[in-house]
Amino acid sequence: MEILNQWAFIGVFAVAAPIFPALPILIAWILRPSKPNVLKSQTYECGVETVGDTWVQFRVQYYIYGLIFLIFDVEMVLLFPWAMAYNRLDAFASIVGVIFILLLLDGLLYAWNKGVLEWK
Amino acid sequence: MEITIVTVAFIVFALISLGGAIGVVTCHNLFRGTIWLMVSLFGAAGFFVLLSAPFLAAVQVLVYIGAIAILFTFAVMLTRSISNLKTRFTRLNINIAAAIALFVLLVVGVIAPVFILNPDLQQPVSSVTRTTIDLGEAFARGNSFALPFELASLLLTAAMIGAIVIARESDDEV
Amino acid sequence: MDCTGLCETLFRGGLDQGIAQFISLLVGVLLVSGVPLVTVIFLIWVERKIAARIQDRLGPNRVGPFGLLQTFADLIKLLIKEDITPTAADRLLYNAAPLVAFASVVLIWGVIPYTPYHFGADLEIGVLYMVAVASLGTLAIMTAGWASNNKYALLGAFRVVALLVSYEIPMVFALLVPVMLAGSMSLLEIVHAQGGMWFGIMAPISAVLFFISAQAETGRAPFDLIEAESELVAGFNIEYSGMKFGMFFAAEFLHVFTNAILLVVFFFGGWYGPLWQEPLIAFMWLGLKASVLYFISLWIRNTVPRLRIDQVMWFNWFRLVPLSIANVLVIATVVKIMQLLNLAPRNLIGASFGEVLPLTLVLLLANIAMGLIIVGQLRTAGQTARVAAENRASVRAAIGD
Repeated sequence: MEILNQWAFIGVFAVAAPIFPALPILIAWILRPSKPNVLKSQTYECGVETVGDTWVQFRVQYYIYGLIFLIFDVEMVLLFPWAMAYNRLDAFASIVGVIFILLLLDGLLYAWNKGVLEWK
Repeated sequence: MEITIVTVAFIVFALISLGGAIGVVTCHNLFRGTIWLMVSLFGAAGFFVLLSAPFLAAVQVLVYIGAIAILFTFAVMLTRSISNLKTRFTRLNINIAAAIALFVLLVVGVIAPVFILNPDLQQPVSSVTRTTIDLGEAFARGNSFALPFELASLLLTAAMIGAIVIARESDDEV
Repeated sequence: MDCTGLCETLFRGGLDQGIAQFISLLVGVLLVSGVPLVTVIFLIWVERKIAARIQDRLGPNRVGPFGLLQTFADLIKLLIKEDITPTAADRLLYNAAPLVAFASVVLIWGVIPYTPYHFGADLEIGVLYMVAVASLGTLAIMTAGWASNNKYALLGAFRVVALLVSYEIPMVFALLVPVMLAGSMSLLEIVHAQGGMWFGIMAPISAVLFFISAQAETGRAPFDLIEAESELVAGFNIEYSGMKFGMFFAAEFLHVFTNAILLVVFFFGGWYGPLWQEPLIAFMWLGLKASVLYFISLWIRNTVPRLRIDQVMWFNWFRLVPLSIANVLVIATVVKIMQLLNLAPRNLIGASFGEVLPLTLVLLLANIAMGLIIVGQLRTAGQTARVAAENRASVRAAIGD
C-alpha cells in the first residue's frame, strides 16, 4: 500500500507543523517579562473603556457569501475527479461535466439578478 | 492482532473523533462546540485516508472545516450576541444514563449480531482500491453515474436558490 | 509500507522497523520544512528592502551588511516583548490560532516537488490537499478574531473571512485547468506534464486568475483591507502581541511566497529549464522563477492603492467568478475538440514540444480571444465611467455658476 507511505509523511508533517511556530512562542514565554496589570489586560478599544456588551452588528451579507461559497465549494470538489479523468473521456462524458457547470452557473445568475451578491 | 502503524493511526483517529464528539456535547460555549465538531470531523477524514479514499478525506476537510465551520460561526453570530453564547445543561444525570443505555442497546442488539453473523464483514478492507481517476470516469460516462452527477448539480442549484430566498425574506432592509 | 533509503539503513543497524520508518519520515519532514522556514527569514528582509526602494528610500541598512540581519533583530524584539493576553479572552483557542495559521501554510510545502526526485509526498490528490490545508487558515483567523473577545477583532475577522472565502472560488476554478490538462491532481505529475509546453502559455488567463485570487487570499494590495491600519485598528490580530503576533506576520509573508511557488508549479513549468536533469539546477530554476513572480507581487503591492470592501466583493462576484467559470468551459471545449480530432495528445506527460504545439496554438488563440473580449469590456466600462464623471462635472459647473 504505497499511498499510505506518502500519507504517513503527511501525518508526521501534520504533527510537526504546529510545533514549528510553538517553539518561538515557548522561547518567548521563557524570555519575556511578565508584569500583568489590570489596565493592560482589559479589552482594547482605542484607549477608552468598553461600553456595553461585546455585541457586533452582524450583516446578513457575510452569511450569504458564506452560503454561496459553500455551494460552489461542493461543486468544485465534485468537478475535480471529472477534470482528472478528462483526457480519457469521450465527447458525451465531457458534455456531462459542462452541463454540471452550466446548471450551477444558472444558480449564480439567479443570485446575481436578485441582487444578493452586492455588498450593501 | 499485530500492532502495525496502521493500527496506531486507527486508534489515534478514533480517539480524535470520539474526543471531538464528546467535546461537542459537553461544552457550554457555542463557538467552542463548533471547533470540537470540526476536530471530530477531522478524525473522520483520517479514517478515509486509512481506507484508501484520500479524495473523500480532502473533501471532508475542505467542505466541513473550510466552509461549514465558518457558516456555523456566522449563523451563531446572526442569532445572538457574544456574551450569552453559553448554554445550560438541565437534568444531566438522566440524560447521560439514557445515552449509555442506548449505546449498549445498539451494540448488543444490532452491531454485534450483524458482525458475528456476517462473515463478509470480518475480512480486512479489500486490497482492490480504485483511484480518483476511476471516480471521475464513473461520474461522467454515460453507462455509469452520469445521471446522479447531474442530479447532484441540480440539487446544489436548488439549495442555493432556496437559501437565497430564505436569507432575503428574513432581511428587513431588502 | 516499504522501507528504503535511510529507513533501510537504520533497520539494518538494528532498530525496530516501525521506529526506523518513523525516524526516516521525521528526517524527511525536517528537510522539507527547512526550505520554507529558512526562506521566511530571508523574505522579511526582501520585503522591506524592495518596499523601501520602490518608495524611494533606503530600507533597513543598519543591522548587518545591507541590513541583512534585520530579521534577527525583529525576532529578538518580538521574543522579549511582553505578551499581554486580555483576561476575557478564550485561552485555549487564543493560543491555538497562531499555531494553526502558521501550520496551515507550512503544510502546503509537503506536496511541492522541488526536483523530479525530491519532494515531501506525492499525493494522488495533491491539488485538493493544498486547497484543503489553505482553508484551515481561514478557520484559524476566525478563531483568532472570536477568541480575542474584542468587537473590533471580531468585525475584522468577519471581513477577512468573507474576503478569503469569496476569492477561493476563482482560485480553485483556475486550478481546474492545470488538472484538466495534466490529467492528474498530483503536483509532481502536473510539473511533468509541462515538459512539452508550460501551462502558462497554453492557458494564460487561468494563470492570471490564479495570481489575482492568490493576491487576495493572502491579503496583499490592492486587497489589503485586512491589515489596513487606519481602519479597524489592525483587524483580527489586535489583541495579539509578542511572538504570537509574530507568527501571524510570518505566516502571511510565507503565504505570499508559497503562492509564487505554486504559480510556478502549476503554470510556469516548475523545475524545467535548460539543464534541468541535475537536481540542484532544477531546484534553482524553481527558486528563480518563484522569486521573479514574488517580486512582481511585491511590485504590485507597493504600487496600487487599496480597494474598498464593496469594490473588492463586486470585482470577485461580478467579474472573477463568471470569468473563471467561462474560462474552464472554453478550455474544456477546445481541449476535447482537439483530442477528438486527434490533433492533441491524450496524455501530456512525456509529450514532446512538437506534439503539444497544435494544442498550444489553438488554446492560445482561444485565450487571446477571451482576453480581447475582456479588454473590450474594460474599455467600454471605462468610457461609460468617464462620460458619467464628465456629466457630473458639467452639472456641478452649471450649478456653481
